[in-house]
Amino acid sequence: MAGVRILVGTRKGAFILTSDNKRKNWKVDGPHFAGWEIYHAKGSPVDPGRIYVSQNSSWFGQIIQRSDNGGITWHQPGSAGDSPRVDPISGLPMGESNKFVYDTSSATGKPLTTHQWYDGTQHPWEFARVWHLEPSLSDPDTVYAGVEDAGLFRTTDGGHTWHELAGLRGHQSGAGWQPGAGGLCLHTIIIDPTNHDRIFVAISAAGSFRTDDGGQTWKPINQGLHSQYIPDPTAEVGHCVHRIAIHPTNPNTLFMQKHWDVMRSDDGGDTWREVSGNLPTDFGFPIAVNSNEPETIYVVPITSDSLHYVPEGKLRVYRSRTGGNDWEALSKGLPQENCYVNILRDAMSVDTLDPCGVYFGTTGGQVYASADNGDSWTAIVRDLPPVLSVEAQNI
Amino acid sequence: MVRVQLPHHLQTLASVNGEVTLTVDTPVTQKTILDALEARYPMLRGTIRDHLTAKRRPKVRFFANEEDVTHDSPDDVLPDVIASGAKPFMVVGAISGG
Repeated sequence: MAGVRILVGTRKGAFILTSDNKRKNWKVDGPHFAGWEIYHAKGSPVDPGRIYVSQNSSWFGQIIQRSDNGGITWHQPGSAGDSPRVDPISGLPMGESNKFVYDTSSATGKPLTTHQWYDGTQHPWEFARVWHLEPSLSDPDTVYAGVEDAGLFRTTDGGHTWHELAGLRGHQSGAGWQPGAGGLCLHTIIIDPTNHDRIFVAISAAGSFRTDDGGQTWKPINQGLHSQYIPDPTAEVGHCVHRIAIHPTNPNTLFMQKHWDVMRSDDGGDTWREVSGNLPTDFGFPIAVNSNEPETIYVVPITSDSLHYVPEGKLRVYRSRTGGNDWEALSKGLPQENCYVNILRDAMSVDTLDPCGVYFGTTGGQVYASADNGDSWTAIVRDLPPVLSVEAQNI
Repeated sequence: MVRVQLPHHLQTLASVNGEVTLTVDTPVTQKTILDALEARYPMLRGTIRDHLTAKRRPKVRFFANEEDVTHDSPDDVLPDVIASGAKPFMVVGAISGG
């Protein structure tokens, strides 16, 4: 069946929503990994059956799950059930799919081992969780992982083992990175479809970075950002970037939802300009680009950094068909009274059908879908645990 | 054989129901029990103690013979009732409120 699969990560498990291409009738499957926080789940673009999941618990730490059949069965790569590798010394099987160890070797330039803490002191980098998994655009066994404390890891063996791309954390600004309220997290990874060595990442609260050499070296790309909440509002790093999105046919144009401000770059992030325009508030978390219209973008304005819910009790997606500045409210099918949910940064996604399907999940447990570019919306499911992430796959 | 009682989520990860039984090197300690547990169930590595430092995760507790031995040395010898399997070694997730 040709159709769409929506991977939903929640505070208490993962859910898989599937439909045919009409996107009218949905099947809800789950919870998978019940009781665990699922920060993110994403499928390989070259093998839709291959799905990677970040499963986490403050009790028991990080788990990486993988499916090779579209979520019917799961296993932890590198552990029992997946031809476990054997330690050559002990002879014991190795369970390394959840082993994320920061690289402090001299071979990678001895990256800095501390970053700024809430009280201004230096604090050791400590792994907490994987926020985002970004499968390679060409190889289902290669996946990038953005983690807290902020770092970028990569597996090239299907999730058996992970290795840090330490050049990012070794950037000379690293000691000045500091956590936002949600932690020091690398939450956004975008691979340039036209040049896989060019990768964009975003960190709260350090800002955006770009590599042009496959992750060996990185440069901050925050020129033009203005953040009143840091001592130098135009500093090279320290900005709380919430999300970046691109259209695959136009990877030099980036759209950003910052802590405040919606921004746009047309030179690969080298410079940014504000395109908040007539939005009722330009605070928010996710941003997405229509898969068929590179200048059509979506945000969900949130009241403020102090009030993390939609304004006026009304859930409205805002769409710009002009790449920013001119925005229209999309509310058909969405609650327009007594609604006080938030939409987190990884909780909005688009499919690649025509017309474009747009999907988002709320902290109230609803997952909304539009099969008409956002003109109208329906709730696929209403009472899930708080939604952390939504990813659409064409299958 | 040493009996180990795992919390619900780790039972799920390890695909076991109830207690697991392990052959453990002597002397029987927290460390030797966890070594044997992780060798038998490698998917549990990193969930109870850190991969590199072997430090216990903060919200995991260890009970033995009705005693909280969480803060004892991992190399302390555990009571005979644990080594003999008369009572289970318990891995417990800390209680949360709310």
